[in-house]
Amino acid sequence: MSVDTVSYVRTELSEPLPPPRSSTGVIGWMRKNLFASVTDTILTLVGLVIVVWAAPQLYSFLIGHAVWVAEDGEACRVPGTGACWAYVWDRADFFVYGFYPVDKRFADWPGVLSTVLGYWRINLVFLVGLVLLVPLLMPKVPYKLINALLFFVVFPVLVYFLLNGGVFGLEAVPTEKWGGLTVTLIIGLVGIVTSLPLGILLALGRQSKLPIIKIACVMFIELWRSVPLITVLFMASIMLPLFAPEGVTVDKLLRALIGVALFNSAYMAEVVRGGLQAMPRGQYEAAAALGLNYWKRMILIILPQALKYVIPGIVNTFISLFKDTSLVSIVGIFDILKTVQSSTADLNWTSPTQAITGYIFCAAVFWVFCFSMSRYSRSMERRLETGHKR
Amino acid sequence: MAVQTPLTRPPRATSWLNDPVIRGWIYQVVVAVVIIAFIAFIAHNTATNLAQQNKSTGFDFFFQTSGFDILFSLIPYGRGSYYWEAFIVGLLNTLLVSAIGIVFATMLGFTIGIARLSGNWIISRLATVYIETLRNIPLLLQLFFWYFAVLKAMPGVKNSIVFLDSALNQRGLFTPKPIFDDRFIYVVIAFVAAVVTGLFVRAWARRRLEATGARFPVFLSFVALIIVLPGLAWLVSGTHVEFDVPVIKGFNYSGGLALPPEFLALALGLILYTATFIAEIVRAGVQSVSYGQTEAAQALGLKEGDRLRLVIIPQAMRVIVPPLTSQYLNLTKNSSLAVAIGYPELVSVFMGTTLNQTGRAIEVVFITMLVYLVISLTTSLIMNWYNARVALVER
Repeated sequence: MSVDTVSYVRTELSEPLPPPRSSTGVIGWMRKNLFASVTDTILTLVGLVIVVWAAPQLYSFLIGHAVWVAEDGEACRVPGTGACWAYVWDRADFFVYGFYPVDKRFADWPGVLSTVLGYWRINLVFLVGLVLLVPLLMPKVPYKLINALLFFVVFPVLVYFLLNGGVFGLEAVPTEKWGGLTVTLIIGLVGIVTSLPLGILLALGRQSKLPIIKIACVMFIELWRSVPLITVLFMASIMLPLFAPEGVTVDKLLRALIGVALFNSAYMAEVVRGGLQAMPRGQYEAAAALGLNYWKRMILIILPQALKYVIPGIVNTFISLFKDTSLVSIVGIFDILKTVQSSTADLNWTSPTQAITGYIFCAAVFWVFCFSMSRYSRSMERRLETGHKR
Repeated sequence: MAVQTPLTRPPRATSWLNDPVIRGWIYQVVVAVVIIAFIAFIAHNTATNLAQQNKSTGFDFFFQTSGFDILFSLIPYGRGSYYWEAFIVGLLNTLLVSAIGIVFATMLGFTIGIARLSGNWIISRLATVYIETLRNIPLLLQLFFWYFAVLKAMPGVKNSIVFLDSALNQRGLFTPKPIFDDRFIYVVIAFVAAVVTGLFVRAWARRRLEATGARFPVFLSFVALIIVLPGLAWLVSGTHVEFDVPVIKGFNYSGGLALPPEFLALALGLILYTATFIAEIVRAGVQSVSYGQTEAAQALGLKEGDRLRLVIIPQAMRVIVPPLTSQYLNLTKNSSLAVAIGYPELVSVFMGTTLNQTGRAIEVVFITMLVYLVISLTTSLIMNWYNARVALVER
């Protein structure tokens, strides 16, 4: 008896039935994610109330009733107006460039061009930084080593000579005149460039079998990690002049930089130590079996793996370093927060929303930098992820 | 039988300079000499600079009158007080704002962290937005925002926002302060007794559970004890509590509990900022417990609550607690940012005003750093003990 003689046996699979309508599409999604149980429904309603209450207010403050274009604070003083963006736009030069002198040669150029070219030294620095940074962040672009060297070693030197001037016929600009976002980015960059190598050295020292070196590193790390950054900055600004030999004055910005670098190198050291400890012992032994000396073992075998392992931690330290740059405003350096803070007293723009608008702008700037850093670190994490997750 | 020849060192193939032990000692001596020379160099420079500026050194300033007033103090303090009292005031204010910050940041952080893991889409999105916004904005900026843009922009005393006998205005928050009479002590005693009894009940229930397998509603009986015993004591002792309600007198509120805007802004900023980090720690902790654990607990037939209490939470806590402590330390250290908005904590009172008035930079900086060092080292000692206790016992 063959199959084709038996008419009641199916010769092919029947089409699967569609899932019940209540578990697919928008309704299914809502049942699963919003109204799965009574508690869930209540929570959803609470959440909706929050959104419905907050969203229109935020919209009306930030966009709807905001003042976008104005000559002075007159329009922002009208009761019921929202953010005073015209004020931010008017003071934008100060927020970005601080007291940096404008190149007078470009004063007659139209509109934005006069600003862009007027601050050409800072803008050139921004441009070069961007050109070097973007390929460095893209995993597929080759020549990473050269690129990294250019960005982390050559670029800071270029920044110094270009901004400080005094050479190649550039007008000398003392660091007191540097300010705004420029200074925030400089402190961030210098902090990152110095704290990573210092941190690696300290972490290696802490792992060392040599007792004196180990103790020195542990003490250094624990000291900086247990005190707040603000005390370190105070110490740097008050005590460094005392520590320096007679007649030597340490630049104010440099003092803050030293403080930030030392402080963050201790945190970096602990992050790197995590990576070193997570390495299987076999790697250390294999490296030693190859007959490599200590530095070759570390540089060729251990560190590349250990650092790759702690990239998220390193980026997190960078993020907190970048946020912490705002603390230099307390010791009197005009970073972006200090420029915003001091502009709240700008009589031309006095209005009830002046301060709040400035802070929102400043927060947005910091947020964009920090959020993109953390997103980038997440994507790196995912790229390097080899384990199995459920 | 082979005669064992005594082991002899083979002659050195290379110079003694290549011996790792000798090299190690050479490196260490070099490092030690460099460090000592550096410290000596700094000490010499400092001494020279101080001598040239005609500055005196020493800790005697502690017993001089400070001559400045402090806006918010837990102990009696005035212009005539000594510097050491100013130091204590600052230290207490630091500890106060840290303690309050830690309690509330933990509660908020756990809530937000669990909300972020929630299956409810809108709740988890709201939690994510909260975390990602506040975490990426510097704390100092948030403090400025709360202090200058929100609390200082509050209405004046005459137009205070009044709710439940409390008043919120430019000068801070004024709330009723409970005043207890002498007999209230019985209620306190009853409360302590309830807690102690509760602990005994817990121990007894556990022994009985292990011996017979019979369960006892420990949590409910604990709650009942804590409500019933003090309540009884309240009724029997006949104590009554009055509230000192703040009222407008002249240009300001008087009476009640007055919290200056500086304190409110600092506490608010610290709580909201640290909660984001705690939320992320909680999320990571809960996610670190693999799903197999949940399945295994279900296979054992444990109820939902028991599953969480006996299987998931203990394992999650092992991951949560160490970074949580470091967040507590961060919060304590971050409270020093108060110097920017004028809340008189340690750095502001001591490293700010005292240093400016006495000019004893080295002593003041040294003591301030020492305080933080002690706080942090004590915490890490306790942490190490805890870690050793909960560490995974491996074969």
